[in-house]
Amino acid sequence: MADRPPAEGDRTAAKAGDNRPALSLHVPEPKFRPGDTVDFSHIEVPEAGAQPRPDETTDPKDMRDFAYGLIRVLGDDHKAHGPWDPKLDPETLRTMLGHMAMTRAFDERMFRGQRQGKTSFYMKCTGEEATSVSASMALAGDDMIFPSYRQQGILIQRGYPMIEMINQIYSNKGDKLKGRQLPIMYSSREHSFFSISGNLATQTPQAVGWAMASAIKGDSRIAATWVGEGSTAEGDFHSACLFATVYNAPVILNVVNNQWAISSFSGFAGAERATFAARGLGYGIASLRVDGNDPLACYAAEQWAATRARANAGPTVIEFFSYRAEGHSTSDDPSGYRSAQERDEWPLGDPVMRLKNHLIAIGEWDEERQQAMDLEAAEYVKKTTKEAEANGILGHGLHHPFRTMFEDVFEELPWHLQEQAEQAIRERETKFPGGLDL
Amino acid sequence: MIEAINEALDISMAKDPDVVVMGEDVGYFGGVFRCTAGLQEKYGKTRVFDTPISECGIIAVAVGMGAYGLRPVPEIQFADYIYPGLDQLISEAARLRYRSAGEYIAPMTVRSPFGGGIFGGQTHSQSPEAIFAHVAGLKTVIPATPYDAKGLLISAIEDNDPVIFFEPKRIYNGPFSGYYDKPVQPWKKFDASIVPEGHYKIPLGKARLATEGEELTIIAYGTMVHVVEAVCAEKGVEADIIDLRTIVPLDIETIEASVKKTGRCLIVHEATRTAGFGAELSALVTERCFYHLEAPVERVTGFDTPYPHSLEWAYFPGPVRIGEALDKILSE
Ligand SMILES: Cc1ncc(C[n+]2csc(CCOP(=O)(O)OP(=O)(O)O)c2C)c(N)n1
Repeated sequence: MADRPPAEGDRTAAKAGDNRPALSLHVPEPKFRPGDTVDFSHIEVPEAGAQPRPDETTDPKDMRDFAYGLIRVLGDDHKAHGPWDPKLDPETLRTMLGHMAMTRAFDERMFRGQRQGKTSFYMKCTGEEATSVSASMALAGDDMIFPSYRQQGILIQRGYPMIEMINQIYSNKGDKLKGRQLPIMYSSREHSFFSISGNLATQTPQAVGWAMASAIKGDSRIAATWVGEGSTAEGDFHSACLFATVYNAPVILNVVNNQWAISSFSGFAGAERATFAARGLGYGIASLRVDGNDPLACYAAEQWAATRARANAGPTVIEFFSYRAEGHSTSDDPSGYRSAQERDEWPLGDPVMRLKNHLIAIGEWDEERQQAMDLEAAEYVKKTTKEAEANGILGHGLHHPFRTMFEDVFEELPWHLQEQAEQAIRERETKFPGGLDL
Repeated sequence: MIEAINEALDISMAKDPDVVVMGEDVGYFGGVFRCTAGLQEKYGKTRVFDTPISECGIIAVAVGMGAYGLRPVPEIQFADYIYPGLDQLISEAARLRYRSAGEYIAPMTVRSPFGGGIFGGQTHSQSPEAIFAHVAGLKTVIPATPYDAKGLLISAIEDNDPVIFFEPKRIYNGPFSGYYDKPVQPWKKFDASIVPEGHYKIPLGKARLATEGEELTIIAYGTMVHVVEAVCAEKGVEADIIDLRTIVPLDIETIEASVKKTGRCLIVHEATRTAGFGAELSALVTERCFYHLEAPVERVTGFDTPYPHSLEWAYFPGPVRIGEALDKILSE
C-alpha cells in the first residue's frame, strides 16, 4: 500500500512540524550535587509506631499502604513503639548491637587493608548494618541466603569465622575459594550463604528457585535474597518477582534502597514513580517498606515475611529505606557526584547509634560498655587480621598452587585443561626457577 | 586512550546531533573510567544520560532509538555485563537490517571496557569477542592505541551497522609490556599514541602492521599487541606484528600477504582458547596459506578457566608463554 498517496486528513501522514506539541524527554536528576546544601525535608518520615501490623497471611491486595509507608519502631525518644515492636529481650538486643559493631569494625579494618595494598578491592556497608544483621537475626540459621555483595553482616551474625572472610579478601593460601573470586565475594554452604556473583541481581531468581525446590520437597526452610535498589532494574529481578508470585514461593526479596548505585541516584531505578516495595504489588506480592536504619523495624519486617513464607502464604518484597554512608567501593569517590553533607543530613540517623541509644534508654546499656564493646571488636578484628596475614596478602606469593586454577572448572579435569595446567606450571618454573609450591 | 575515546565522542556529538551517549554512570559522573567526562555538561541531559542498571534495557532501547534515526552509543560498564543484553544484540540489533530487508537498521556502537590485567576477578576481566564474532550482522572493533581508538570509534559511530567496540582497559592509561610489576608508561611518551586533533577516521576492517619483520607473522589485537611487541624486542625476533583493529570485518588480505611472506604464524589473544577467535584465524591461515607454511600455526591464549583473581598473572598470556611459542615455531 506504500504506493498509494495518503488520503486527505490522514493522521498517519502527519509529519513533525504539524501543530502538535513537541515531546520532551525526562531525565531524572538527584536533588543535590557536590557543593549543594542538603535539605531532606521532602522525605516523609512517619511517627514511629504509627503503622498498623497486618496479619502475616493478609492478601497483598489489602496491603497497598505498606508498600508506600515506612514501618518504624524506634522513635526520637529512643523507645520502641507500636505493633511492629518485636519485643526482643535485652540480651538479644545487645547481641544485635554487638554484631553491628563488629561489622563496622571489620569494614574499617578491611578498607584500610585495601588502602595499604593488601588486597585489590573492598566494599563497606556503613549505615546499612541493620539491613543485614537485624534482618538475618529474624531468620533461622538454616534458611538459605542469596546475598548481594554488601551483606557481610549476615556472615558475622551467623558466626562464620572472620578469618575465613579475611583470607577470602586477601585471596591468600587460606582462602577456601582458592583465590578465584573478587574480595568480599564470599561463599559458605555450611552457613547457608550462597556464593556471591559480581553480575547484579542474578541471585534473586535463583533464591526463588531454591525456595520452590524447598516447597517441592516439602522442606521447612525458606530462602531470602538481598539486592540493591539500583539492581532491581535488571530483568532478573522481575523474573524473580514473577516466579515467586506464580508459584507462591517461600521467599523473601529484600531490596536495600541505599539511595545510590555508584554515581546514579535511585531515580534511575524508577524511584521517582513508585517505591521499590511497590514493585511487588504489581505482581501480587505482599510488600513492606521499612526504615532500614531502624534495627527493630528491620527485624520485625523480616520476621513477618518469614512467618508468612513458613505459613505457605507466599513471598514478600521488603524495601529497606536506608543510605549508603560511604563510597560504593574502594574504587569510588562519592565526592564527585553527591553532596558531602548528605550523610550527616540523612533523616533516619545511624542504625548502630539508634540501637545503642535504645538500649541505654531502656536502662540496659551505657556509654562505657559501648566503648568497651567497640574496643573489643576492633581488637578482635585486628588480631584476626594478623592471623590471616600469616597466610599471605594479595600478590605476595602465598597464594594457591597454580594447578588449583584448573580445578573445579568441571568435576573432572579434561585433557585440554590437563595440558594447560602443565603449561602453567612450566611457565612458573621458567619465571621462578626452583621456586614456590607449584 | 581514555582521552582519545572522549574526544571521539565529543567530535561525533558535535558533528551529528543524532548521536546520543547513554549507560550506567556515564552522565554527570562521566563514567567509572571517565570516558564520557564532560559530555553531559556540553551536550545536555537528553543527549548524554545515565540509564537504569539493565543491560538488556540499554541495548534494546538503543535498537529502538536506531530505528527512529538516532545513533546511540551505549556504554556497558564492563564487557562481563553485556550478557544480560545478548538477546537484544544477537537476535535483534544484529538482524534488524536483514530481516526487514534494509527497512530498519540499528546504527549503534556498544562501547565496553574489556580484558584482564587489573585484578578484576571473574566478572571484570573477560574477553568475550569471539561470541560476537560468531554472530552474523555485528561488527567487532578492538583498538590498541589511542590514535586508533579515536579514529575507529568515529568510524564505528558513523557506521550504519551495530558495532561492538571493546576498549582494552589494561592499556587505557598506557601500553603494557606483559610484566605486571613494571610501571606503565603514559601514552604520550609513545609515537604511535600521538592523537591528531579533529575528525579523522580509520576504516573498519583494515589491520595495522605494528612492526615489520621476516621471521614470522604474529596476529594480535588490543593489549596483546603491546605484549607481543615487547617480547619480540626482548628476544630480538623480527616479526610482522599485525594489529587486527577489527576482528569482524577481518583484514584477511594483510594476514595472507604477511604469512605468505614469512611462512610462520603465531596468534595471540587474552580470551580463553577453545573456540576463541584464534581458532578462526588459525583455520583461515591454514586454508589460505597452507603451502607457504613452514611450521604449524600456533596459538597463545588465556586458559580455558574462568578468570581467577589471585592467579591473574598465571592466567594472563604473558612473555613466558609467548616466548615459548616463539621458540617452538621458529625452531621448526
Ligand atoms: C550486570 C551488571 N551490570 C553492571 C555492574 C556494575 N555495577 C556493580 S555495582 C553497581 C551498582 C549497584 O547499585 P545497587 O544495586 O543500588 O547496590 P549498592 O551498591 O548501592 O548496594 C554497578 C552498576 C554489575 N556488577 N553487574
